[in-house]
Amino acid sequence: MRLTCPLCGARDRREFYYQGDAVAMTRPAPDAGADAWDDYVHLRDNPAGQTRDLWHHEGGCGAWVVVTRNTVTHEVLSVTLAETEARAAR
Amino acid sequence: MRVDGKGLIDRLKPVRFEFDTIGYGGYSGDTVASALLANGQRLMGRSFKYHRPRGVLTAGSEEPSALVTIGRGSAQEPNVRATMQEIFDGLEVRSQNAWPSLHWDVMAINDLAWPFLGAGFYYKTFMWPPAFWEKLYEPIIRRAAGLGGLSGRSNEDTYEKAYAFCDLLIIGGGPTGLMAALVAGRAGADVILADEDALLGGRLNAETYVIDGENGSDWAAAAVAELRGLENVRLMTRTTVTGAYDQGTYAALERVTGHRAPPGRGAPLETFWRIVAKHAILAAGALERPVAFANNDRPGIMTAGAVRTYLNRYGVSPGQSVAVFGNNDDAHRTALDLVEAGVEVAGLIDSRPDAQIPGADFPVYAGAVVTGSAGRRGLQGVTVQGPRGAFRIDADCLAMSGGWNPTVHLTCHMNGRPTWREDIASFVPTPDSIPGLKAAGACNGTFGTSECFAAGYDAARTVLKELKRKAPRVDLPVGSDTDGGFGITPLWAVPGKGRAWLDFQNDVTVKDIKQAATENFRSVEHMKRYTTQGMATDQGKNSNVAALAVLADATGRGIPETGTTTFRPPYAPVAIAAMGAGGQGDGFAPQRFTTSHQVSVAMGAPMIEAGLWYRPSYFPKAGETTWRQSCDREVAYVRETVGVCDVSTLGKIDIQGPDAGAFLDFVYTNTFSTLKTGRVRYGLMLREDGHVMDDGTTARLADQHFVMTTTTAAAGNVMRHLEFVHQVLRPDLDVRFMSVTEQWAQFAVAGPRSRELLNEILDTPIDNDTWPFMACGDVTVAGVAGRLFRISFSGEHAYEIAVPARYGESLFELLVKRAESLSGGAYGMEALNVLRIEKGHITHAEIHGRTTAFDIGFARMISTKKDCIGQTMAARDGLVNPGRERLVGMKPVGAVKELTAGAHVFEKDASAIRVNDQGYVTSVAFSPTLGHFVGLGFVKRGPERFGEVMRVVDHLRDLETEVEICDPVFFDPEGGRTRG
Repeated sequence: MRLTCPLCGARDRREFYYQGDAVAMTRPAPDAGADAWDDYVHLRDNPAGQTRDLWHHEGGCGAWVVVTRNTVTHEVLSVTLAETEARAAR
Repeated sequence: MRVDGKGLIDRLKPVRFEFDTIGYGGYSGDTVASALLANGQRLMGRSFKYHRPRGVLTAGSEEPSALVTIGRGSAQEPNVRATMQEIFDGLEVRSQNAWPSLHWDVMAINDLAWPFLGAGFYYKTFMWPPAFWEKLYEPIIRRAAGLGGLSGRSNEDTYEKAYAFCDLLIIGGGPTGLMAALVAGRAGADVILADEDALLGGRLNAETYVIDGENGSDWAAAAVAELRGLENVRLMTRTTVTGAYDQGTYAALERVTGHRAPPGRGAPLETFWRIVAKHAILAAGALERPVAFANNDRPGIMTAGAVRTYLNRYGVSPGQSVAVFGNNDDAHRTALDLVEAGVEVAGLIDSRPDAQIPGADFPVYAGAVVTGSAGRRGLQGVTVQGPRGAFRIDADCLAMSGGWNPTVHLTCHMNGRPTWREDIASFVPTPDSIPGLKAAGACNGTFGTSECFAAGYDAARTVLKELKRKAPRVDLPVGSDTDGGFGITPLWAVPGKGRAWLDFQNDVTVKDIKQAATENFRSVEHMKRYTTQGMATDQGKNSNVAALAVLADATGRGIPETGTTTFRPPYAPVAIAAMGAGGQGDGFAPQRFTTSHQVSVAMGAPMIEAGLWYRPSYFPKAGETTWRQSCDREVAYVRETVGVCDVSTLGKIDIQGPDAGAFLDFVYTNTFSTLKTGRVRYGLMLREDGHVMDDGTTARLADQHFVMTTTTAAAGNVMRHLEFVHQVLRPDLDVRFMSVTEQWAQFAVAGPRSRELLNEILDTPIDNDTWPFMACGDVTVAGVAGRLFRISFSGEHAYEIAVPARYGESLFELLVKRAESLSGGAYGMEALNVLRIEKGHITHAEIHGRTTAFDIGFARMISTKKDCIGQTMAARDGLVNPGRERLVGMKPVGAVKELTAGAHVFEKDASAIRVNDQGYVTSVAFSPTLGHFVGLGFVKRGPERFGEVMRVVDHLRDLETEVEICDPVFFDPEGGRTRG
């Protein structure tokens, strides 16, 4: 498996650390309540199909990237910089 | 026997090798199988379960029967296919699964007991009593049934792994693959052509085809010569592509040196390749399938295509008098080739009533089938049932053909299923089963050579179009053979008494499949597991299709409805040693060495692993016989004079920028933005779920410049976490950071005389006013710019001094020498651990991922004046419940004085069972300072129970100690020594 790091280009999967669902990007406010925090920290969907995950290009440039991929076909649909998305969301 | 004038072997290069200690001769270009057949040796092995005599069935990598062991000692290699192993001078080959000899095998008694050993026999027979399975049944079965054995020694062969990238990977170098390679190669594409054979050409080397008026093998040789001249084409022979994976990744096994005499140390036996290809063409050809009839497994019975391969490629006739049995026109070619070579054809038996073979000068029996065979250790004759009755034909070789199975395997490695084609009675690949891979030629059900050339050309042209390259004009060669499905009429199993073999390697018969169906194992996957059909190392390449046809018949379904079992990589067996090449011994993990490593080793320190790092355990001195003696002495250095320890393995992260303070406030529970320049603060880091992630000190070197230290174990995690927090959660903060762990060598100088030592080497001396506890700043050591931190893990008056890594070794030597002159010296991990346990300082033994700040008594370190990672979740009721297991100290108070980490804590009068568990011990040490064992651990309501006597029981080591629960700080609880 290879991921195309937006900064480095196509790279082997072994250069990346897998974190999990990109829901980790939307951190609730401290007073958002127990349910919001439970969702954020613990609850994850497990879809057969498209997912958005966070990966870290640990063996490369150090960028956190958002990978959109299909868990059934293993197709990688897009890789974007998490920082770009995070700045856009602010 | 050898046939004059035939074959691609080099008759000017004779080769001598041994089979079961008997010398044999062959020629360069022979395999073990072809050379043995040339010498009239048909018996090559014993079968897996019934120990039946077996010869070769095939001439390729799909061989199920002729498995042999080569080499001796640690170089012994079992289950080598005699059909693939090329011979060389001095090669030692031994038969396997036979005792005392291949000729006389005692376990052949199993063959007489066959009525009791059918499908499901093990499951039904060795059921009770359960205890007998492990001690009695399994060892007996394992001894009786089996393949080759391992040497029992460590494997000394070298293996390699390698990576390749290309525009186009062509799998298979027959007519289709060669044509595709010529087209793509001439167009300038970056091409890899891989074939498992030593000789490219596929069936062109095994048949008597004429291509554009020349021999097929000559055409292939000319094509290969042209390809060799193209710089953009890589030819990989002896390379089996074993698997297809995501995004155009293919695994391949290259046999590098196993075909020649040992070339000396260093060269790998095999190389495991990962090939990443933008496009791939599968041109893997087809595998011929046998016909099942009674005793169709005798040595001398093989596929018709194999007979032609031995004859045309190796110049060997597998028999003096050969009978041919088939259900298609392709089998006829065998008889014609044999006659042309001057070998007697005892008869052609064709199951099709209308079969014709014009101009045959040998007996032809149309509408007849072979129903049985005779000859215990080698074929002597076959029984034929014709339209006018049964008769016997004397023959020492039978060439059989049940048709050809396209090699669809790779197209099914990503969950694809092949499609049944009635006209050729075979499965063909379902298009687009593997993104980027196209099947062409015989593996796609196209059997004629001219048609294969066209298919190879078309496939290459399609790829070139996608690569935006122009396909060159090619005049397609014309082959003498024609396509048309060779008029096959399916014949899977000849009815009749006796055992008709399907899976030759796992000894599965037609009767076994039918029995599985009778017992309601009707799903092909259930049938496979019940009978072990297709579960041997050949994965049923010769037999799976026939087996499921028999199952389809037995269950009254069609073949497409019955379906295939799942094809999984690898296509052919791959040694784990090849996949894990480079991972043995030192190659298992990278090694990280500190700058003081060599000096420490020279001082005799045993090195222990700390993650990837190696750190000194202790520094033994003359006269010390146990590690404890060394450790106690080193503890005393720090408590009484001065000790020196390399702490460079702790993570060091340089953090700079206007928002550096705000960033630290967000990742640490406590506040760092208020820290004064020139000061150090201890910090606690949580995970977002409220549990402790790591701890360490962070120094403020300048207004916008901090240096964070992490624990050795968590350095990588923390770095990743900081990147996450900055890039994903707080991109608004103007801060930059990077790991400088390897850039700085850092040493702890600890003990009452630490400042005295430092003032001997610092260019500007320090005192308690300029460098109080938790001070930091720049210093110079012998003219070298460094940093000094007054921090203490030992609880003593202590410093850590850092210099650029290139000065690390000399500074360590200098510090140790000066420490020794002050009656101190170097200390290792054991002493460091004792010192911190005496002080109740935590490590990852305590912050192991399930403990909270509350548990370790640091709840007040979570500032409520700001948000930080983990703050919200750490406040959950369950994480601050006083009943939780909380950090305590323990000291023995009973007769047993020893403590062990991992032991569990129980109330004094409670029995030591799980439901009574009150907590556990995390760290223990013998404290030479206090003269008894001390331990840290977690106990329910811990701090409320100081003074209580409890049981500590280590069930694994069978040790019980009575302890008193106490404050975790055993030594100098006021901390006066630190401030010195």
